[in-house]
Amino acid sequence: MIDEVQTVKNIASEKDAIGDFRFPERHKFDAGYGLTSKTVDYISDVKDDPDWVRAFRHKALAAFEEMPMPTHWATKDLESIDFDKIRYYLASGEAPKRSWDDVPEDVKRTFERLGIPEQERKFLAGVEAQYDSEAAYSNVKQAVTDQGVIFVNSTEGLKQHEDVFRKWFGKVIPTRDNKFSALNSAVFSGGSFIYVPPGVKVKHPLQAYFRINSENFGQFERTLIIVDEGAEVMYMEGCTAPKFETSTLHSAVVELVAMKDAKIQYVTVQNWSSNVFNLVTKRGVAHENAEIRWIDCNIGSRLTMKYPGVVMKGRKARGEVISIALANTGQHQDTGAKMIHAADETTSNVISKSISIGEGRSTYRGQVHIPKHLKGCKNNTECDALLINSSSRTDTYPAITVRGNDHATQHEASVSQVSQDQIFYMKQRGLSEAEAMSLSVNGFINDLVREFPMEYSVELKRLIDLEMEGSVG
Amino acid sequence: MEAQTQSQQMKLEIKDLHARIDGQEILKGLSLDIPKGEVHAIMGPNGSGKSTLSKVLAGHDDYEVTGGEVLMDGVNLLEMPADERSRAGLFMAFQYPVEIPGVSNANFIRAALQARLPNGEELDAVDFYKALYAKMDELEIDRKFTARSVNEGYSGGEKKRNEILQMAMLEPFYCVLDETDSGLDIDALKIVAKGVNAMRSPYRGFLVITHYQRLLDYIEPDHVHVMVNGRIVRSGGKGLALELEEKGYDWVRDELAVTA
Repeated sequence: MIDEVQTVKNIASEKDAIGDFRFPERHKFDAGYGLTSKTVDYISDVKDDPDWVRAFRHKALAAFEEMPMPTHWATKDLESIDFDKIRYYLASGEAPKRSWDDVPEDVKRTFERLGIPEQERKFLAGVEAQYDSEAAYSNVKQAVTDQGVIFVNSTEGLKQHEDVFRKWFGKVIPTRDNKFSALNSAVFSGGSFIYVPPGVKVKHPLQAYFRINSENFGQFERTLIIVDEGAEVMYMEGCTAPKFETSTLHSAVVELVAMKDAKIQYVTVQNWSSNVFNLVTKRGVAHENAEIRWIDCNIGSRLTMKYPGVVMKGRKARGEVISIALANTGQHQDTGAKMIHAADETTSNVISKSISIGEGRSTYRGQVHIPKHLKGCKNNTECDALLINSSSRTDTYPAITVRGNDHATQHEASVSQVSQDQIFYMKQRGLSEAEAMSLSVNGFINDLVREFPMEYSVELKRLIDLEMEGSVG
Repeated sequence: MEAQTQSQQMKLEIKDLHARIDGQEILKGLSLDIPKGEVHAIMGPNGSGKSTLSKVLAGHDDYEVTGGEVLMDGVNLLEMPADERSRAGLFMAFQYPVEIPGVSNANFIRAALQARLPNGEELDAVDFYKALYAKMDELEIDRKFTARSVNEGYSGGEKKRNEILQMAMLEPFYCVLDETDSGLDIDALKIVAKGVNAMRSPYRGFLVITHYQRLLDYIEPDHVHVMVNGRIVRSGGKGLALELEEKGYDWVRDELAVTA
C-alpha cells in the first residue's frame, strides 16, 4: 500500500510535481472536522499538555471565535475558508525519530523526494521534519548539542524547557494579535523550539521542513527561537503540500527573541501548491545591538498573508526584511514587513520585490513606526514590483509613521514591466521567450537572491524558472 | 554540379521582400544576395526602411511580411521565430541595444551560448570565460563589464562594443549591423570596426546598414547598395559610397525621378 505514491492527476508542470505527491493517510489521532472546545481538548489530551497550555488554548479559541475576519483591509478571499471543513490535528502518535532509518517508510520517502536528508548531510546543523501536525524526524548534530543548543519541536520545548519556553511564548506575538494568531494559539502543534546559549555561534543552519500530506487539513506549527547574548543562528524553513481539490490551511506563528548582541537570520523558501491559504504571523524582538533578519521567499499558495516584523527594543538594534514574492494566476501574495522602532539609534531595512505573472496579484504592505521620543533611528524601505503580463496586478500600501525630527527615513517604490524590446533583444540572441522571461525575472531579484544561502538560492532560481515556463506563450 | 548548387545556396538571399508595420508598407520589393565571405553595405536616407529591413530579418513581431522570401543557406528564414533564426546563425547588432537590469553580461552571453547546445549538455565555464576574456581584450572592454548588467548605464560606445562582443562570442554565419556607427566617436568607431574586421571570413556574410560613409572607411565593403523608399535602387562597388557622400542622397533621388 505504502509503495503506491498517489501522484495527483493533471500535473501541469515540473514545479507542481516537486511537492505534488502524497501517501495514503494513516493517522492514529485525528481531531476530526471543525473547531470547538472539544477539538482543543482533544489536542490537549493527545499531546498531554500541561494545564497552563490547555488554558492558553481555550482562551485563544474564545479570542478566535470573537475576532472578526480582517476583510475590512484584507482580501475577501479569506471568507472562502470554511473552518468547519478543516481537520485541526492529524498525527501518527509516534515521537519524532532521531534517525531517518526509524522514520516510517512513507514519511521517509516523502522527505527524501524533497531532498531533506541529502541537505542535512551536506550543510545543515540540524533538521526537524514535520509531517501534518507533528515532527516525524528531529535531529541535531552532536557538536551543536555539545554547545548547549536546544533544537526540538514545540511540544518537547514546552515540556522539557518550560522555564525558558514559558517566559517568551506568546510574548512577542500575543494571542489576540490577529484572528489567525488566535487560531494558531488554540490548536498549535509542531514547529520548532530553539535556544542558543550566550556567545554560541551556530556555524551551520538549522532547518525545519513543513510538509502537508492530508487533504482538508490545517497545519498550525508554532516556532519560538531564543538566541541569548552574543549568540548567532541561522534558521531555514521550507514548505510544500500536494495539490488537492479542496483548500488547505497553513497558519503558523513564529516568535524570535534576540538578546543583547545576538543575531538571528530566519530564511523561508515556501513553495505551496496553489490551493493553500498561508496566513502566517512572524515577529521578532531585538534587544540592544541585536540583529534580526527575515529573508523570505513566497512562491505558490492561493493566498499568502505574511508581514514579518521586528520590534527593535534595545538601543542600536537592527531589523531587516528581505522578501521575494511571486504570484501566478490564481494566486495572491499579500506580503510586507513591520518595523517597530522602540529604542534610540535603531535601524531597519526593508527590501521587497514582487513578481506578478498572468493574472497573479501581489500586494506590499509595510508598516514602519518611529515614535517621537526616540533619537537617531533609521529606516530604508524599497519595494519594487515587476509585472509580466498586462493582466498582472500589483498594489503597494506603505505606512511609514515617523515622529520627531532626529530620524532618517527613505522610501522608494517602483513598478516595472518586462518590455517587448527586452524580450526581442534576448530572442535575437537565441533565447526562447520563456528563457528570456526567466532571465529578466532572475535579473530583477538577483541582488536579493544573493542574500539566501547558496543551496537555497539555486533552488530558488530553479523554482522561478519552472514557474515562468508555463506562463508565456 | 552538386557542389556548385551547394555553394550557391551559401548566402542570405532576400527576394522581393515586402513588409509593413501598422498597415503601412515600408519594404516594397527589396531583393539582395549576401553570399558568405562578403560584406555588403546598405546606405540610404532616413526613412528609407533600412532599420525595418534589419528588424524583419531578425523576426520582430511588429512587422508583417506581406510578400517575398528570405532564405538563409537555402532555408526559409521567415518561417522561424526570432530565437530560432538566431540559433540558426543570424545575428543583428542593434542600433539601440536594450538594457536588461540585474542580468550580468557574462550570464547573458552564457545563456545565449547555452541555448545553442543540445538538451542536457552544459557549457564549460572555464572555456567560456577564457573565450570571453580574449574577445573582451580584443575589443578593449574592461573586465568589469562581465559583472555589469547588460547595457545598463553604458555609454553609446560601450553599448556598441558590447554588441560586437556578443557577435564575436556567438559566431554567427550572417551579421546584420544596424547603424552600428551611430553615436560613436572616431576612437570607438575604430575599435568596433576592428572587431568586425577580425570576424570577416569566407564562412561569414555581413550586412552593414549605415547612414554615413564614414563607417565604410574602416569596414571596407565588397558591395554598396543604396536604399530609397523600401527598395534597393542602386548597387555598386565601394566607390558608390564615396559618390553618395559627395553628392548626397538627393542625387540618387533626382536620378530616380529622371529614370521614372
